[in-house]
Amino acid sequence: MERLSHDVILVGGGGAGLRAAIEAARTRPGLDIALLSKVYPMRSHTVSAEGGLAAVTKGDDNLDLHAFDTIRGSDFLADQDAVEFFVNRAKEEVVQLEHWGLPFSRDPDGTLASRAFGGMSVKRTLFAADRIGFHMLHTLFQTSLKYEEIHRYDEWFVTSLLVSAGKVMGVVALDVKTGEMSIVLAKAVILATGGAGRVYEFTTNGVVKTGDGMAMAYRAGCALKDMEFVQFHPTALPGTGILITEAARGEGGHLKNSEGDRFLKNYIPSKMELGPRDILSRAIMTEIKAGRGIQGPYGQYVHLDLTHLGSTVIERKLPMVKELAENYIGIDPIHEPIPVRPAQHYFMGGVSTDVHGQSPLGGLFAAGECAAVSINGANRLGSNSLTECLVFGAEAGRAAAVHASNAAAPNPPEAQALAKQEEERIYHTFLKQEGGPGVADLRARLRHTMEEYVGIYRTEEGLLRAKQALAGYRGELGTVTVEDKSRTFNTDLLGALELDWMVEVADCITTAALARRESRGSHSRTDHPKRDDTNYLKHYLVMKSNEGPILKDQPVTITRWPPQERVY
Amino acid sequence: MEEKLPTVMMRVSRYLPGEEKPHFQTYEVPYRRDMVVLDALNHIKEKRDPTLTFRWSCRMGICGSCGMNVNGKPVLTCESFLKDVLRREILVEPLGHFPVIKDLVVDIEDFMRKLEAVKPYLIRDQERPLGAGEYRQTQEEVDRFRQSSLCINCMICYAACPVYGEDASFLGPAAAALAYRYNVDSRDQGAGKRLPAVASATGVWECTFVGECSTACPKDVDPGAAIQRLKLLSSIEVQKRVLLPSILR
Repeated sequence: MERLSHDVILVGGGGAGLRAAIEAARTRPGLDIALLSKVYPMRSHTVSAEGGLAAVTKGDDNLDLHAFDTIRGSDFLADQDAVEFFVNRAKEEVVQLEHWGLPFSRDPDGTLASRAFGGMSVKRTLFAADRIGFHMLHTLFQTSLKYEEIHRYDEWFVTSLLVSAGKVMGVVALDVKTGEMSIVLAKAVILATGGAGRVYEFTTNGVVKTGDGMAMAYRAGCALKDMEFVQFHPTALPGTGILITEAARGEGGHLKNSEGDRFLKNYIPSKMELGPRDILSRAIMTEIKAGRGIQGPYGQYVHLDLTHLGSTVIERKLPMVKELAENYIGIDPIHEPIPVRPAQHYFMGGVSTDVHGQSPLGGLFAAGECAAVSINGANRLGSNSLTECLVFGAEAGRAAAVHASNAAAPNPPEAQALAKQEEERIYHTFLKQEGGPGVADLRARLRHTMEEYVGIYRTEEGLLRAKQALAGYRGELGTVTVEDKSRTFNTDLLGALELDWMVEVADCITTAALARRESRGSHSRTDHPKRDDTNYLKHYLVMKSNEGPILKDQPVTITRWPPQERVY
Repeated sequence: MEEKLPTVMMRVSRYLPGEEKPHFQTYEVPYRRDMVVLDALNHIKEKRDPTLTFRWSCRMGICGSCGMNVNGKPVLTCESFLKDVLRREILVEPLGHFPVIKDLVVDIEDFMRKLEAVKPYLIRDQERPLGAGEYRQTQEEVDRFRQSSLCINCMICYAACPVYGEDASFLGPAAAALAYRYNVDSRDQGAGKRLPAVASATGVWECTFVGECSTACPKDVDPGAAIQRLKLLSSIEVQKRVLLPSILR
């Protein structure tokens, strides 16, 4: 097996991974940085973000306001020191991105334009029409080409972390094109693999979002934090789950039920369409349950009405919304309302890190959606996540570069044996199993279970059913049958490896959701409908054990904003 | 009696390394008006034949992974509805003009090298300190490069370009459009540094302006027009080199 060696490894080439790679190169020029991504970096799911990125840049705004909005949005579960760190760094990161060429939309005086977003009390979301994620990803990717320090391994699928003597010393990876496996050693590894949205049936997430980094870190002994908090975006197209950005509401769009009524006046009258996502998603589901949804071929939905905004606003500021609605459902939003319903969108939880992206495992860092610092707590505010990729991506890149400069080149004696084990697992176990379900079949059942029992609303009974089903799926993984036996570009095999991780992540979500007998932010237990600060003002850390996931408590860091009732 | 649901025949190109040439395999899949070609391929992969291999991710027309030739025409399969390409057998092949790795997956390393060669990033004589804030740019200045910044690198323009089909050393539409995108950005000072890749023997002058790239582009980037404007900009840049001392360029 080939053995490669670098100073720092990035796993994942989306917003956080690219930002981290660039910062590592800038921190220690001459450092040897490897960027491994299972897809070409410009295919990463950052590309699908639409609305914008939040930072305090305007005179009517201030850092404390951004911090408080984020903390209140998190239902007081965010770590406030991390939030303060985040809002402090946000502007610098945005300006850096502008200096790298991102085509931000502009105010008449040439400064960055801002728009309203859910849960943000002033206009602080900077944007590029409604394609911020696309532009951010391509700007970062293209800028990364400047740095000779960054060596890309495009379409390399990392299968596990190499851990030796309590430290991470590299990864084992599979070159998708050839099927060859390699040992890639490094002094520091940064995970930036995004979330795990594909464990849900109905999601805005692309097919790449399978929780890879979360599961690999968990298996290597790292804790995952806040895993029970899964965000459902209020407005996705029924059937496909295609995201219709919150910016549509930021620009003045209305949500209406079957009676043409702006029903949010009964739920969150002070914010209406600019309320946070968890509250709006539940409001839509409540309307549908009350019989005020509209029936379509893919179930009940409500209307997102932009018709009063006029063609200029829609064409200038929401061109992608128009394109998506026209291309995918044949609706021109200038003239007709768009059918929408909530869909899984984002993981607040992830690999537990400090503000420097450092995990408790030596040499292992994480940033972006796959990490939990935690600034998002129980519910993330829209447009904070791209900024999070920048702030904590840069910070992890910096910290990993410093760590790598002070560490000796790893030469773990057991690397070869660990890699052999991994090759055995993949080519002699997964590829040779027979007689079990196909990858797609088992995956569909997993996704249905999560949607049904671990979705927007949860109960003890449903979560127990999910736990039981997941145990069954874990058993079935032992016989899951990969029909494609070739080494070249074997997406059937990669699907099986991803499914293995998805079951692991699903189990972590379900275990934490079962333990948290309260409702907070996105976690809504109908059998425990109130927030309970006495017992649950804490993070759950999920750790791997031989008996399955176990939970540990971690206190929430409160600096200046004591928890209060979350009212809008 | 069970009602027979409508179906459609998909004739799909299959290839494994080592095989002499690709062959076709035909699959019957259910048909709904709201299905795209990618849905049909996923139906085959999930229900019929897990060995069928293709790239995809976002299925909302922005990640650029799922370009293929459908009925001979390069398209994003996630945006191409079955109802619009319907015929006795819908023909799905890998994007033309690229080496095939397996089934519908093509090798795009050639483009990745060309992208890098045009230096697709802002080049400044002097970086502005972050503390000084953003560069000011009017919306009109943004609009000068906005369209060519919308390229999703889907490779459809390369599959459509007859010049690239004849001579793969040609820089090609997307890389040229991105060079143009940075050249006309008011924040950029790197046009001269992009000149070697853009104006070389295999650069924009190779383009015969048939405009197939702009017709095929799913994101309305209009690389054809960008190439024509690059020709003009390159001429000016070359003349500057000839006529002006370096300090005035």
